[in-house]
Amino acid sequence: MKISTMQELLDAKVICCEENVGRHVYSACGCDLMSDVLAYVKDQAVLLTGLVNPQVIRTAEMMDMICIVFVRSKVPTPEMIELAKEAGIVIMLTDKRLYEACGILYANGLVGNKVKK
Amino acid sequence: MSEELVFKFNVDGKDFTSAGQASVQIKKNLRQLGIPTEIIRRVSIAMYEGEINMVIHAGGGNAEVKVMEDYIEIVLKDSGPGIENIDKAMQEGYSTAPDPIRSLGFGAGMGLPNMKRYSDYMNVESTVGVGTTITMRVNIQG
Repeated sequence: MKISTMQELLDAKVICCEENVGRHVYSACGCDLMSDVLAYVKDQAVLLTGLVNPQVIRTAEMMDMICIVFVRSKVPTPEMIELAKEAGIVIMLTDKRLYEACGILYANGLVGNKVKK
Repeated sequence: MSEELVFKFNVDGKDFTSAGQASVQIKKNLRQLGIPTEIIRRVSIAMYEGEINMVIHAGGGNAEVKVMEDYIEIVLKDSGPGIENIDKAMQEGYSTAPDPIRSLGFGAGMGLPNMKRYSDYMNVESTVGVGTTITMRVNIQG
């Protein structure tokens, strides 16, 4: 799924690295616990979370993720946006809740760990 | 013959928001060396969890990453309170982290288990009241 398609499906606003919204992602992870993201996620490209602090960006960077979706209308700090820009990670904001946002993406074909084109 | 390349970092223990800087840097360094992506990911995640631990529990410390021919070695050394029961600390879900850390998405008792998960070798040496030294190795294959 293209990042731009995710944006449409989630009615989300992209706030940084817009130049990368044409990239494709094949899996996603919805989680507020960063240690779990680091433990169980493999080759995930998108992180959906309601947690807002710089370690969210670093966690995504460590996992080679290319997009973070902040749910429940959470807004990242300017410092976080700077970190994301340095790492080339697309950040988008949606007012949907984590469960709903994950459900929409899943229902539209972005499933767990399987590589799906 | 083995060629040794060493990167050294000081991990600032005062600021949780800056934790992880050394891991980000090592990721860049390893990329420049042409190390395979999967190996870089394992090294940087293991080191990142270690860095977070040093900031949460030990007020910072030192990190050293050695790039050897066959493996990458990460040594994390702190002069913190030490780990009372290493076996317990290695269990998933066991944590002594304070609540404010938990609200930041860490401190769920996954740090040390994750470090073990991503490394091929891990040794924890700790003395209560003196500090902790963790050595991890990730093999470079192919």
